[in-house]
Amino acid sequence: MRALFAGLPPRALVVLVIVAALLLGAPLMVDAYVLSVLILCLYFAYTGQAWNIMMGFAGQLSLGHSLYVGLGAYAAAALFVHFSVNPWLGALAAIAICTAAGLVIGFLAFRFGIAGVYFAILTIAFSEFTRIGFDHWTWLGGSGGFFLPVKERGVTDLATLRGPPVMFYYAILALTVGALALSRLLLASRLGYYWRAIREDEEAAQALGIDTFRYKMIAVGLSAAMTSLAGVFFAFYYNNLFPEQIFSMGRSIEIILGPIIGGLGTLAGPIVGAFVLTPLADGITEIMQLLGIDTPGVKQVFYGVCLLLVVVFLPHGIWPAIARRLGFAPH
Amino acid sequence: MALLEVRSIGKSFRGLRAVHDVSFDVVDGAIAAMIGPNGAGKTTCFNLIAGVFAPDAGEVSLGGRRITGLRPHEICRAGIGRTFQVVKPFPQMTVLDNVVVGALNASARVGDAEREARRVLELLHLDGKSRTLAASLTLPERKRLEVARAMATRPRLLLLDEVMAGLRPTEVDEMVGVFRRINRETGLTILLIEHVMRAVMALAANVVVLHHGEKICQGTPAEVVRDPAVLECYLGEEAV
Repeated sequence: MRALFAGLPPRALVVLVIVAALLLGAPLMVDAYVLSVLILCLYFAYTGQAWNIMMGFAGQLSLGHSLYVGLGAYAAAALFVHFSVNPWLGALAAIAICTAAGLVIGFLAFRFGIAGVYFAILTIAFSEFTRIGFDHWTWLGGSGGFFLPVKERGVTDLATLRGPPVMFYYAILALTVGALALSRLLLASRLGYYWRAIREDEEAAQALGIDTFRYKMIAVGLSAAMTSLAGVFFAFYYNNLFPEQIFSMGRSIEIILGPIIGGLGTLAGPIVGAFVLTPLADGITEIMQLLGIDTPGVKQVFYGVCLLLVVVFLPHGIWPAIARRLGFAPH
Repeated sequence: MALLEVRSIGKSFRGLRAVHDVSFDVVDGAIAAMIGPNGAGKTTCFNLIAGVFAPDAGEVSLGGRRITGLRPHEICRAGIGRTFQVVKPFPQMTVLDNVVVGALNASARVGDAEREARRVLELLHLDGKSRTLAASLTLPERKRLEVARAMATRPRLLLLDEVMAGLRPTEVDEMVGVFRRINRETGLTILLIEHVMRAVMALAANVVVLHHGEKICQGTPAEVVRDPAVLECYLGEEAV
């Protein structure tokens, strides 16, 4: 516990406490729509952090993280629907399956020296052919979709993860906070030093005694395991899964935008990025409706321009700029 | 007693014979140097010892243990620290964190590694820079960081690849002083590749001369600089 908060300036602690209080109390203050946006923000904050461990810390670019979301979602959902396995056990299965998938991809790439953009292409390939496979897997609904039974949403049943949005809000909040704590502890550990060394210069890292294969595998496995839980969440929150959506490359890109815009390799970056981008995307839709503009593509263009402005003016992301202004030492 | 034994190592790249039948020893606790013209195979020799490539032929042993064909991180664990001729700092990490990565090779806990890193940084006069990013160091500072990182791994043998290149004569003398002191105080064995003869003459007890991938001469610095073959191919007549 002490290691978690060690070295944080007092001002950062104050900010942390305020943000925590706001997030904990949010369901009491906001309506159903804002709550759904907040859930989405936290969902991307969580998946962004999971991806950030692999790319931001260890420097391994994955453009196929929707693979782990999809596998995790289908694993827990299939166990629940077909075998009535409770989702908490289903989550363990999801973790096991996704870790295995990540390790297979990692092994193929790192053993045979596939690195950089070629590694990224490999991750796309795996998520794409998994999508096509699931499209034809009728036991899991194929391209027609796989659905979880929706019961009374008013009653909170934690054991089977059936309940109102507020329950899902706190579930994803817990995951996000857990991921932040884990990221902070890892970054300050031997593992964190080794990951950053590998990210910066792999050959130099090897010369300093680091078994780079092993530590890259750990990064991929851990990132996949964490992402799988987002998949389980997704399945039980939305209750419907379509391979076309959940495994799509667009979903992978959505996952990585948060950390890139927020600040790659930083602890707060993925969270800040998610909380800036998600309301922005939703807000644009709202504003367009208010202004009565329904020209197709305007929303995407505006979204693109916003991304462009961030990349041009804050090339290291939003968080490092804020952190500097607030006087926090960027890690 | 020989700490490093190199026996008839050879390596070709697509038919180009980079290193051929090179043998030499480095005595435990000594400082030795490897010199020769550009393209003579010095860095390839280092890479064969450090495990970047496996030699096509020959054997390398450290303290009697055969280390031929081990991977670079295993060689580091076995006790060989190295620097790169083209420096490879971790640019987006602080100078201290760069050295902590090296120190974690010998100490499991980050706190211990940090203490060791600070000690090494002081030794190389980089302690004032510990909180700056490695990306913003000058070249001479990067060269010293390279040495600090390799030393922090607590090697038995330190391989230095042209760490004096680009330094002013006073800076060379300072580095020479640092290596002498480390060697005297800790008994660390050093093998250096160097073009700066001022440093070689001041430091090395034994010099190996490579030319076209082969060893053409070996001896004390004074013997080597008088050797006609060495004068012919490398130092030139005016060196005498």
